[in-house]
Amino acid sequence: MLPVVQIGPLAIQTPGLVILLGLWLGLLLAERYAPRRGVHPNQVDNLVLVTLVSGVIGARLVYAGRYPAAFAASPLSLVSLNPGLLDWVGGAAIGLIAALIYGNRKKMPLLSTLDVLTPLLGVMAVALGVSHLASGNAFGAATDLPWGVHLWGEKRHPSQVYEIVLALIILGVFFPGRSAFLNWKPGAYFFAFMASSSAGYLFLAAFRGDSTLIAGGVRLEQVYAWIILAVCLIALLWLDKIYPAHRPEAPSSKSER
Amino acid sequence: MKTLSATPKIWLSIFALIAGIAWIWISRGEPGSTSEGNLPLPRQGFAAPEFSLETPEGETISLSDLRGRPVLINLWTSWCPPCRTEMPALNRVYQAYRDEGFEILAINSTWQDNQADAIAFAAELGLDFPVLLDLDGQVSRLYQLRSLPTSFFIGKDGVIREVVIGGPMSEALLRIRVEELLKE
Repeated sequence: MLPVVQIGPLAIQTPGLVILLGLWLGLLLAERYAPRRGVHPNQVDNLVLVTLVSGVIGARLVYAGRYPAAFAASPLSLVSLNPGLLDWVGGAAIGLIAALIYGNRKKMPLLSTLDVLTPLLGVMAVALGVSHLASGNAFGAATDLPWGVHLWGEKRHPSQVYEIVLALIILGVFFPGRSAFLNWKPGAYFFAFMASSSAGYLFLAAFRGDSTLIAGGVRLEQVYAWIILAVCLIALLWLDKIYPAHRPEAPSSKSER
Repeated sequence: MKTLSATPKIWLSIFALIAGIAWIWISRGEPGSTSEGNLPLPRQGFAAPEFSLETPEGETISLSDLRGRPVLINLWTSWCPPCRTEMPALNRVYQAYRDEGFEILAINSTWQDNQADAIAFAAELGLDFPVLLDLDGQVSRLYQLRSLPTSFFIGKDGVIREVVIGGPMSEALLRIRVEELLKE
């Protein structure tokens, strides 16, 4: 666990640094893969930039909208660097809307673009696990198993390590260098990746010690994972219907910048 | 590439979803199994570790004395710029909410500061909340201080709701968190 790296007077939050590194590596991988799906690498960069910037601004505005009195008393807080003043759900929704608008204006094919972004998601999943390892978040349930680790006052499942291993396995299986994926229907690569990730998460969440328990002790995070799994499986079946006789797309990089 | 036809895919999907529901049911947690509030540790969801420290005037304050009231523990030093920057906002928020039971314990990490400088800084700002002196670093170690400032928002039940590492915290963040703690 290394939540903060102190470099002279500068305290760097390791989890944030790992996430940024993951974003950079994931984007590099996605850019390499993009032309094979007929999407220009610059468009991928711009799409991610538009999503992130509008997502962060949106997250702050939504948060300020929830607590207008606090921001009226301290208007400068609107530009504060505190991540605690962000509404992540609102930000994700606004980022997604901005991405859809950008993609639509640039005539980016939705399903192929999702495929292109899949390697980025794969690397980010690994980075998220490493960031949890650095911060000690997403910690495991108490266990007597020999591979348990001492964390937060108890011997626990090394859930962050499980998370990293799962993400690495899924990234390995879905590594974009494999030409076989090019024969898949547009969108199938993305939905298969998401279905695998959510199924893996649904399994591993059972070993977490910080789950939110709802009725009957059911873990809320597993319910979310199951819903994502169901949506992805339905989407895969739907792709079979709309592309009954799919022919692989010819690689192209002629898309508009 | 060989692909499955539609019918086996449908059955595989149904099987995966049923298996998922079964696993959710099998792996459900028992109440209290999530460690929340059970152990005294300086992190969100755990009980705030107990301590007693003295103010520069010699008054001893224990965290347990404040049980039933929301508390903000702020670890700081006089030489740390973000600590100095956020202190006026802390004081304004304290003035606004102290009548509702909110308390701030500003723990000066004196073992890595100069006691005279710390007291002079508190006097210069006219801080209304108690300043405590961690002379030997015991509380800094207990709260696993890694970066200055570090703040712990503690609920009326003594459980840590949020840890903010680094700063300065904005006034809006402070007001929102304190109001949430008071509403609990």
